[in-house]
Amino acid sequence: MENITQAIQGVPLNHYILLCTIIFSIGVIGVLIRRNAIVIFMSVELMLNAVNLLLTAFSVQHNDPSGQVFVFFIMALAAAEVAVGLAIIVMIFRNTNSTDVNILNKLKW
Amino acid sequence: MSISLFYFVAFLSIFFALLVIFAKNPVHSVLYLIVTFFTFTVHYILLNAQFLAIVNFIVYMGAIMVLFLFVLMLLNLNEGSMGSKSNLIKMIGVIAGMCLIITLVGSARVLTASEPLVLQTQELGLVKNLGKVLFSKFLLPFEVSSILLLSAMVGAVLLAKKEIKRA
Repeated sequence: MENITQAIQGVPLNHYILLCTIIFSIGVIGVLIRRNAIVIFMSVELMLNAVNLLLTAFSVQHNDPSGQVFVFFIMALAAAEVAVGLAIIVMIFRNTNSTDVNILNKLKW
Repeated sequence: MSISLFYFVAFLSIFFALLVIFAKNPVHSVLYLIVTFFTFTVHYILLNAQFLAIVNFIVYMGAIMVLFLFVLMLLNLNEGSMGSKSNLIKMIGVIAGMCLIITLVGSARVLTASEPLVLQTQELGLVKNLGKVLFSKFLLPFEVSSILLLSAMVGAVLLAKKEIKRA
């Protein structure tokens, strides 16, 4: 195990910020360009995970376990969010026979 | 073992994340997302956050992704029933995302001094250490999150249930 963790010694914190920024932005692009509600949901998961990884990196940087506990809470919240969100998607599919978000435009100005 | 392991895994993360949003078939998207989460698990192991690595592996790759696959299977979306957005909208979306990357990276360059990440204590992310913090300092949030999960469960059941026809 120590061999593996030796590998991380020397990776600058900036590169973690860069990686998480890119993955977060990929999630944002996914939300913007896809029409399937489930794929939009997966993009949101991608964004949540990017933030989780960055929190862990900062937690290691500052030698403070609070950051990793916070990641644990975010995971619990993500599980709850997925359960409710997928239930809503199933309900939408039952009513409109599709998961296309463009059909749901009744509240659009 | 060298520093290049991190860059290799980071490249894989970005590659599969791109495949998630550009795959045509939603089932392929879910499978690529599972691979992306696996690379995140490798990142956690590299940071010696063993508890988070295991939780990520079990909760995300195990539970949440199976939920996604189940819903996709239940909905039975046939391909081609859903058109994609017009190319103009796609271009605008990609350009907006690139602007976001540029803004965030530019601000990060100004703010941080780039110092290498050093693991000061080996047992930072172990279950023993995290459990002590979780059940002393964060006991109230832990209990509140249990209520959150309960309410989410009740909400999901209520939403997904078929409406009962009243006579």
